[in-house]
Amino acid sequence: MAATSSHSVDLSQAMNVDPTPLADWLVVMPVVWCLLAGAILLMLRKRTELQASIGIVALVGLCLLDAALLWRVLEEGPFTMVMGRWLPPFGIAFTVDLLGAFFTMTSGLVALAAGIFGRDDVDSTGRRYGFYPFLLLLMAGVSGAFLTGDVFNLYVWFEVLLISSFGLLVLGSEREQIDGATKYAFLNLVGTTLFLVATGYLYGLFGTLNMADILIKAPELRQTAPLMTLVCLYLLAFAMKAAAFPVNFWLPASYHTPKLVVSGLFGGLLTKIGIYALLRVLVMLFPIERAELGWVIAVLAAGTMLLGVLGALAQNDTRRAVGFLVISGIGMMLAGIALGSPSGLAGAILYAAHSMVVMTAIYFAAGIGGRVSGSFLLSRSGGIYPSHLVLAFATLALFLSMAGLPPFSGLWPKVMLVKAALDVGEWWLAGAILVTGFLTTITVGRIWALAYWKPRAADAEPLDPASQKVPMTSVIGLGMLTVLTVVFGLWPEPLIAISQDAARGLIDTSSFVLSVFPGEVPQ
Amino acid sequence: MEALFSVLVGALFAVSIYLFLSKHIIRVLMGVAILGNAVNLLIFTNGRLLREVPPVIAADEYTLQQAAANPLPQALILTAIVISFSFFAFLLVLGYRAFQELETDDTDEMRVAEPADEEAPPLGY
Amino acid sequence: MRTVIFRTVAPYLTSLMVLFSIFVLLRGHNEPGGGFIGGLIAASAFAIYGIACGVAPVRRAIYFHPMAISAFGLFMSSIAGMISLPLSVPFMTGNWMQLSFFGVDIDLSSVLIFDIGVYFVVVGAITSIALALEERDRD
Repeated sequence: MAATSSHSVDLSQAMNVDPTPLADWLVVMPVVWCLLAGAILLMLRKRTELQASIGIVALVGLCLLDAALLWRVLEEGPFTMVMGRWLPPFGIAFTVDLLGAFFTMTSGLVALAAGIFGRDDVDSTGRRYGFYPFLLLLMAGVSGAFLTGDVFNLYVWFEVLLISSFGLLVLGSEREQIDGATKYAFLNLVGTTLFLVATGYLYGLFGTLNMADILIKAPELRQTAPLMTLVCLYLLAFAMKAAAFPVNFWLPASYHTPKLVVSGLFGGLLTKIGIYALLRVLVMLFPIERAELGWVIAVLAAGTMLLGVLGALAQNDTRRAVGFLVISGIGMMLAGIALGSPSGLAGAILYAAHSMVVMTAIYFAAGIGGRVSGSFLLSRSGGIYPSHLVLAFATLALFLSMAGLPPFSGLWPKVMLVKAALDVGEWWLAGAILVTGFLTTITVGRIWALAYWKPRAADAEPLDPASQKVPMTSVIGLGMLTVLTVVFGLWPEPLIAISQDAARGLIDTSSFVLSVFPGEVPQ
Repeated sequence: MEALFSVLVGALFAVSIYLFLSKHIIRVLMGVAILGNAVNLLIFTNGRLLREVPPVIAADEYTLQQAAANPLPQALILTAIVISFSFFAFLLVLGYRAFQELETDDTDEMRVAEPADEEAPPLGY
Repeated sequence: MRTVIFRTVAPYLTSLMVLFSIFVLLRGHNEPGGGFIGGLIAASAFAIYGIACGVAPVRRAIYFHPMAISAFGLFMSSIAGMISLPLSVPFMTGNWMQLSFFGVDIDLSSVLIFDIGVYFVVVGAITSIALALEERDRD
């Protein structure tokens, strides 16, 4: 029976008895909205003609909710909602700080672009298999991971987004997709299981899984508990999710197999979730252990960025080259995490936001490019520049943004990272970032020269005229992200300010803790 | 008791890792199943092993009247079981589909996505 | 597996198991049981029916596509959490109301709606996977 207040039980000891203001709902709404929209779309899976319109409207709604959330966090700082009226740490807490709100907003925009792009990129079979429902469920997982304030809940959202990503990956069930999905599924399973193992130990040591509660208890437990082992496990698990060297091999094996819009979404969002988790758990919860491991992470970062770009340089297939470029970008963010200084973290956060937008857009551009030139292989494609001038220039802009050349968005985070590395005297890390930038320029220049600039070989097979027309929705989807990267590049101050504030929020956690436990003395 | 469970968890991990190292999908699948159980047992052991009663409030009471076992690890394990179970079921379907489509369950021969005889990239402009 | 005995018994066994699954689901209100375990029992009932009589009769019998059932469950569970919104309590709070039904008091709660949602999610998802495995050829 329900324990109502008429019995001799003091509810205020365990439960929040104050009414919840409507504005607090903003922290769960992105997740609930995506779940509801995804469920409705899944029920309507036979009505393929309705899927795209409902899906895009739902994604616009998600972006509006994310914008409102970001606005509130910018105005008032972090806030918390604990599920089921329980007082923290008993209930599952959703706590949003600037980092979470900023990443949720960026991922919402990327998902909207993917939803628009997917309208014509995904045929009606793909829609019946459930592109839009899985996209929305994926966004529920992504938003949930960014907004939750509980480590086990973070694991649950990881699994939600992983299971929806399986659905997206095998859309259409082609042989190539099943091959790629098999490797993706097994290796990601190992990654999330490691996360679960680490979380089990975390619970064993702390007796709590609430992030704010862990922050309060950590200084005392640090004397006795083997936190270093725990942090190493987390590092391995999240590095695997983020596809960092040397546990990155699942990514190039699978990311080029699904539909291009799905590849774009994965390349943009999924690896960044691993980076977000590293920022949240390593940087925020265990800063001292992270500092001890700084040199390990720095070596991993340099290895990831160099190996990624060298892999990209050696590819013949544009899609696989882009997959390796995703890995190279992960190395940049790891470099920021390795430095751990406010400016380094701000660089990593800004790079992650930039990378979400640009990697998705590059996959889209590579997809359109491959379709209009008849092949994704560099040895067979060519001649896109004369026939599709705008596409060629948009792609060039994205490529240069990826390489970190002005005036695009890639420049600023790289400047911040290099400066942060030089500030602490890690000249070799700064050197690795610059060398990677140089090699990236060569890689993207090579792809652009061979696939876009070079005239088509005279003896090549004639192209299908139907494939030459680029659908309007693809143009909008790609154009939206390209405009974003150019605007980021030309007017970076607000975003730099946001990422610096977000980085400060990770280092000085008092406002995060106070939002969960009002009245608690900050450590 | 914890020591015994730790050894058991270790043994289960060893078995699952051994199976994971196989190149046949079916053995890897068995590894997945055992790995899930190893992790669940690990969380269970981490939540301390106590000889306590289950935390169920009797019908005529409104609060727990005596010390009871910690229900949180059980809730965590239940969630983890649900997830690992659905994962296993999905992977089973995926592995079966892969076997049907690719006609092999040997991962060394699964080279459709990354063909071994891929064209070399162009060496010059 | 398609012996006469099994095929004769399977429909009765399936209906009995579905009935039992609903019992377990509602029992979860106050005692051990609940949506997840109930859903598993129902899904195994459909799996048994599929083994005995083939996949097509199961699909006909449950009428809706298993994924749609599971989506309906997800929708229901999310809505159960949203009931808290107009009541000014946080997401997923258990809200209770008492109904008097022919002189019998019945406690209804948003938790029950959530649990029924979980039941549908599990039935849909597991049945969908079981049927995919039972199908000899791809659809």
